[in-house]
Amino acid sequence: MEFSEHIKTANVDDVVLKLPLRPALKGTLCVTAHHLVFSERKEEAGTCLRNLCKDLRILQFDIPGMEECLNVASSIEALSSLESVTELYPFFHRPRELSLSEPWGLSSPQQQYAQTERLWDRWRLSKVNRNFSVCMSYPRTVIVPCAIDDITLAKAASFRQGGRFPVLCYYHRSNGMVIMRSSQPMTGANRKRCREDELLLQAAIDESEMGYIIDTRSAQQAQQARMAGGGFESKAFYHHWRRLHRHLERGKVLQESLIKLVEACGDPSQNMDRWLSKLENSKWLSHVHSALSTAGLVAECVERDGHSVLVHGFEGTDTTLLVTSLAQLILDPASRTFRGFLQLLEREWVQAGHPFRQRCAHSAHSHARLRQECPAFLLLLDATWQLGRQFPLALEFSEVLLLRLAQDAYASDYGTFLCSSEQERCALQVKENTHCLFQFLLRREEREKYVNPLYEATDLAIWPSVHPQSLQLWTGLFLRWTEYAQTMDEAREEIWTIVKERKETDRPKGCAHTTLSRHDSFTNVENLMDELTVL
Amino acid sequence: MMEHIRLPKVERVQLADRSSSRRAQVGTLYLTAFHTIFVDNEVHNELWVLHSLVCNVEKLSITSCGYPLLIRCKNFQVIQLLIPKENDCNDVFVSLLRLSRTERYEELYCFSFMPNVDKAARGQAWDFLNLKAEYNRMGVSNKLWHTTSVNREYRVCDTYPADLYVPKSASLPVIVGSSRFRSKGRFPTLSYYYRETQAVICRSSQPLSGFSARCLEDEQMLEAIMKSNPGSRFMYVVDTRPKLNAMANRATGKGYENEDNYTNIKFQFIGIENIHVMRNSQQKLIEVSDLPSPSMGEFLLGLETSDWLKHIKSILAAGTFIAKAVAEEGVSVLVHCSDGWDRTTQVCSLASVLLDPFYRTLKGLMVLIEKDWVSFGHKFSHRYGHVVEEPKEASPVIDQFLECVWQLMEQFPCAFEYNERFLISIYNHVHSCHYGNFICNSEKERKDLGIREKTHSLWPHLWKNKVDFVNPLFRADHSQTKGVLQPLTTPYCFKFWRGLYNHFDRGLHPRQSVLDSLMAIKEETQQLEEVLTIYQQKLAGVGREQANDLFVKKHGMKNSQGLWAEPTHIRLANSPQDYNGGNLVSGPKDLLPQQRKTNLDLSLFGDTSESSDPDNSDQESEGADFSCHSCSGGASPPSEDSVKDPDSDDPAFNNA
Repeated sequence: MEFSEHIKTANVDDVVLKLPLRPALKGTLCVTAHHLVFSERKEEAGTCLRNLCKDLRILQFDIPGMEECLNVASSIEALSSLESVTELYPFFHRPRELSLSEPWGLSSPQQQYAQTERLWDRWRLSKVNRNFSVCMSYPRTVIVPCAIDDITLAKAASFRQGGRFPVLCYYHRSNGMVIMRSSQPMTGANRKRCREDELLLQAAIDESEMGYIIDTRSAQQAQQARMAGGGFESKAFYHHWRRLHRHLERGKVLQESLIKLVEACGDPSQNMDRWLSKLENSKWLSHVHSALSTAGLVAECVERDGHSVLVHGFEGTDTTLLVTSLAQLILDPASRTFRGFLQLLEREWVQAGHPFRQRCAHSAHSHARLRQECPAFLLLLDATWQLGRQFPLALEFSEVLLLRLAQDAYASDYGTFLCSSEQERCALQVKENTHCLFQFLLRREEREKYVNPLYEATDLAIWPSVHPQSLQLWTGLFLRWTEYAQTMDEAREEIWTIVKERKETDRPKGCAHTTLSRHDSFTNVENLMDELTVL
Repeated sequence: MMEHIRLPKVERVQLADRSSSRRAQVGTLYLTAFHTIFVDNEVHNELWVLHSLVCNVEKLSITSCGYPLLIRCKNFQVIQLLIPKENDCNDVFVSLLRLSRTERYEELYCFSFMPNVDKAARGQAWDFLNLKAEYNRMGVSNKLWHTTSVNREYRVCDTYPADLYVPKSASLPVIVGSSRFRSKGRFPTLSYYYRETQAVICRSSQPLSGFSARCLEDEQMLEAIMKSNPGSRFMYVVDTRPKLNAMANRATGKGYENEDNYTNIKFQFIGIENIHVMRNSQQKLIEVSDLPSPSMGEFLLGLETSDWLKHIKSILAAGTFIAKAVAEEGVSVLVHCSDGWDRTTQVCSLASVLLDPFYRTLKGLMVLIEKDWVSFGHKFSHRYGHVVEEPKEASPVIDQFLECVWQLMEQFPCAFEYNERFLISIYNHVHSCHYGNFICNSEKERKDLGIREKTHSLWPHLWKNKVDFVNPLFRADHSQTKGVLQPLTTPYCFKFWRGLYNHFDRGLHPRQSVLDSLMAIKEETQQLEEVLTIYQQKLAGVGREQANDLFVKKHGMKNSQGLWAEPTHIRLANSPQDYNGGNLVSGPKDLLPQQRKTNLDLSLFGDTSESSDPDNSDQESEGADFSCHSCSGGASPPSEDSVKDPDSDDPAFNNA
């Protein structure tokens, strides 16, 4: 490890730390390989260093001496954007209570398949990607129609961008309809076709059925994609599929939207017009709106109209996953449980190859190159939060879990969000050398921090309202480091107190009840004896 | 009123559901002296709308099924009726126009509303709140402040209450002299006494200072107020108007205090706009909230151009300034605007809510409204158009106060004993004229009209239903509850009040209510505790009985089984679902009936702009309906007692 190269100044004394909402602290700042350690001491200020964190917090250090300040700054700069994954903290994080031999991960396509018996007659597990040779960003096993063999799959994969051929991601028990996802077909300017791909989609539905393709791009975008070799499924070749276009923003536009929103939230101005126009201008809530309404459309196709759906955009690794996972939250009660939600994230984001490493590298404060950075996962968490606001009893996890995930996706002690695909994770032996965040969160003492005290399971779909009046700024995340969040935390605690009080009154009642019923049988015996004496 | 009803009953009327064009109820429409009633033919749901809540009636252009009538209410309910015959529609229209425009106070509903209460009980109900006791609670009279009888006969100021509190050091001639120098005679008088610092909030109207006039008694009056706060050497005089408006008033012989003429005052403008600006702003806000299916951008832009949240922020900022002066600096404040009954009232009462935890309790808010608004002559009947008057007098003044309190509740979720429903209920009753409390424009007018003898008081009615209005997160010993509230006034703390402006648009609200859920849990806890106590007594009793008679014991056991069954009954009867006469669905069970539809329809989340196909050669043939309206849930927001929600337990998705 060559961390020491990056650390030009390891210790600085008499540093003043300014945190939001707290009085300034004086002390010593230590730069270590993975952490900034600040220890408080009672002792004035020189050059100022502002640390803009990925969790949207701003730490300000006043460091005496220009040179030292520059040293610390360049060290932090270098250490916070390490190139090699294996140098990152998850590879060094060894808490005493966890062992590396514990199971890693919660779910896999195999498990999903094994648990869904009704899938078995029409769908099969395929290991066509066992060497990651068919698709670099897919897991080793995927669920596909029985009628399609591995050779056909491989051919269909060559027709899809990045080899991401259509695979099953959700089976709707009540009517047997499915949600699938893929990347765009590579039809190109001269409308190439691929029989295997057509067969694959046809095998997913019955002869008489009609399937829907929800393309997360606008019609123009899809049209233009042909010039770059991509494209869309033409009706002439996919008879039983109808295509609908829903334009979702992605990539740079989404990242800029987040930056604008975070900037607006940090604006000290007291001007109401300025705030509302900045909020509007950031367009973040519009993106939340389109994500939820597209997912609603998919869920509606499946649940109310009884059609299977294929979702894709360009690469099928960002907005596609956003839509398929939100649709599952709306439809599937299992994915609204604590474990189920983590499983959903693991299947639909981690294993499905959302490139976390590129997308969640810098967060909102970075002015570095934004080419690959994109808060699609953050948008999912925000939309999930909106669902939780509209159905406060329907999710088993609370906002606190979403906040924890938002933080860990950008910087974590755990290996879960490292790398961009299963292939990378295998190559770097992530599972062998890091701990799993999801497993950790499910430990009893951790889980308690993140559950929703009001949870009541419902079997029904939870259809969100997508009216602007119904969608709100996620203050818990975007105003997390302000006073505003404090009173909200207090309210959350109060809810817990109320729920706990009920549990506590419930318990002694149970005790009283058992004593009494024991007494009851005792009297019964006595009654019998009474009768006996009468006789 | 009966003579204005041209047509008492119309059959086969359709009541449209505004969230969907496809769902309508068919039923019979009745017009009575005070209500429009719609009774559904099939399920016999009833919709009652008070005529006094009707804001305007509009005939829309004829459709193939009949003649549509649009009724807009002051509580933001919008009702669309479809009447088969043109004559009938016209008769209903003309009748409603007249019935909703009351010409004399005596025609108002409160004079005909006769609940089964005897005279003594009615009087008692009016004595439910006692302002004298409230001033005592604050800590006056004391050695520096006392009550004055100067306005007993409303001779000095006919818009002030009879009982007023002034500095002991202000002599009668000073008070009278000061009142002559103040617009409408509204001289400086005590609104709130803050015991901890002995600083006070006083209120008045603007001085008649013109460009150079002065009045020795008025100067003495202010000095007396300043000196009645021994801890401070100066006082603030806060003019809540924008400086420009105040200066313009000087040309008409009114204006503001000249710092040079008064001893030790610090003069300050706060810049809250006048009633006309506020009326227009709210109008724009209502238009935004009423847009059929706005995009996020349109909505936020509309919210911004309405300026409504800007005004709310300026009022809250003014209240915060005064609360700080009184609590932190210990400096007394005199607040005025032009006549001292709109902005002054808002700001004084808001500062009191911030300063005194009592005003954050149910009873406290009632007392506060009774004191600062009702007794101090806020012109309710003019501002909320109870009787036909100059429309320029109407303005959402108390709306803004209630909204500021709501914004505070959003910021401090544990600090208030009451919940949003309480505010909305008060809002409705300010407009409904169901009770006499808010009728007329001053205490004197109410006395002359015999409001106390001829109508009923709202407050005991609300108190009786207080279970519905309690905030389950409130705890008297919580850190948020105690002491002075210090709200943030950063713009992001202000939100659009969906609960009021879109109260009747059920689809927009959360489908499950945290409030109801917590109330149910709390109630359950309470019942469990009761059962537990009974059990413990029972157990103790059984122990004793064992030594006594076996026969008695057997009976004892039987009774205890009966006790087990009882709580379930209690729970059924008292559960919060009953808040709305069984209409409010808090559990998820009734949320979303899964209705399989026969026809293909993807209308719920659609948006036509993106549905076109990029490839012209393979256009999709079927033109699905992609209008962007959301699904309406089964859970409805609570309807108020004067307005019954017609169909909240309707299935959620049969509209599509």
